Amino acid sequence: MRTIDVADVTRNIKEMCIEANHFLAEDMEEAMRAAVQSEKAPLGRQILCQLQENLKIAGEDMIPICQDTGMAVIFMEIGQDVHFAGGLLEEAIHEGVRQGYTEGYLRKSVVGDPLIRENTKDNTPAVIHYEIAEGDRVKITVAPKGFGSENMSRIFMLKPADGIEGVKNAILTAVEEAGPNACPPMVVGVGIGGTFEKCALLAKKALTRPVSERSSVPYVRELEEEMLARINRTGIGPGGLGGTTTALAVNINTYPTHIAGLPVAVNICCHVNRHAVRIL
Amino acid sequence: MERHIQAPVSRETARELRAGDYVYITGTIYTARDAAHKRMQEALDRGEPLPFDVDGNIIYYMGPSPAREGRPIGSAGPTTASRMDKYAPALLDRGLLGMIGKGKRAEAVREAIVRNGAVYFAAVGGAGALLSRSITSAEVIAYEDLGTEAIRRLEVKDFPVIVVIDAVGNNLYETAIEAYRSER
Repeated sequence: MRTIDVADVTRNIKEMCIEANHFLAEDMEEAMRAAVQSEKAPLGRQILCQLQENLKIAGEDMIPICQDTGMAVIFMEIGQDVHFAGGLLEEAIHEGVRQGYTEGYLRKSVVGDPLIRENTKDNTPAVIHYEIAEGDRVKITVAPKGFGSENMSRIFMLKPADGIEGVKNAILTAVEEAGPNACPPMVVGVGIGGTFEKCALLAKKALTRPVSERSSVPYVRELEEEMLARINRTGIGPGGLGGTTTALAVNINTYPTHIAGLPVAVNICCHVNRHAVRIL
Repeated sequence: MERHIQAPVSRETARELRAGDYVYITGTIYTARDAAHKRMQEALDRGEPLPFDVDGNIIYYMGPSPAREGRPIGSAGPTTASRMDKYAPALLDRGLLGMIGKGKRAEAVREAIVRNGAVYFAAVGGAGALLSRSITSAEVIAYEDLGTEAIRRLEVKDFPVIVVIDAVGNNLYETAIEAYRSER
């Protein structure tokens, strides 16, 4: 049994909210640099260069990469030999978000009720996903999610007979409908299988996988590569203004499902695909 | 074509701009997004004046992150324009000449743009740090309680945008992607 003070969770989450909104992870930085070289459209290249400049300014001047600093999505992978002390874990997580967003000059984009719509003024609550793992460590992933792309995400409850072609069509449909709204070049997170809510969570989690890392399942890896190539032939391009870089990666996660179903979730993220990871 | 224009914008200038033009805007523009548009619509419904005269002006669909000390504004990139589609035609019919955002617009908005000789510009989405450098001052002029969604008057210098929908109804989002589209 290992004891972790929840104050450490608060401090780390605060720092990670600020870090994620000013610096892209290395995998995303590398993908964005590579895109400048491969893009064929002159305007597309110009936009990708502006995005490079934007990243530089964000880090140097400590201005968020994007003004939509997102709703804080937090994955907590908790080793089952961990004991939290010093208060409620959930409150400690929200407190980290509160401190990060207020002290870090991040935008407060959360309303306390979806229909009454009053801003909570500190960007809480976060959306928290807990997973129990082996061991005595805690892996925290902070993934602030902007809503330009979140709004273009889709769930398709396909039939088993739709098969892999149905999955491919679902991904292309979501990406083409998203077009310029989702701030391309996008990262496309896909969940296949599970239940209605499980496939959405698989898709969200897929966005936190480094864009340079392909699935370890051979057919899924092929599907990721094929879909990236096909998405980049849609012509949407950087900013949706035409080009060959519409997506930087397609990350797919799968899970067993029911004999009657084939759920597919497509969670689209813009080029500001933020994820900070720390292990306590 | 590259153009430098002043804001507020003249009717002639708005009509001359063409989809695909790269435009640098200098002058005064106003921010408004979802919540501010809803309030403006409610004001119009009650027959009350708007917080600023939209005639000849440009609205930037943007809600900034907070400014650090000594800076006029925080990160300041465009938000998705289609959420304002419900409100935009009424403002265009009152003389609004330009909108800056990102993403597709409804057909009713395109028609209102053509009817009024207006223009829809896109700024690069997700480039809020870079775009903030073209904003020299920002002042909340209405709906302060809305926080980031308050209406702000911005002074901008060479603020970079691209014409997406022009006064004759061309739509760059539709034409530009065709050039790079191949068999999927």
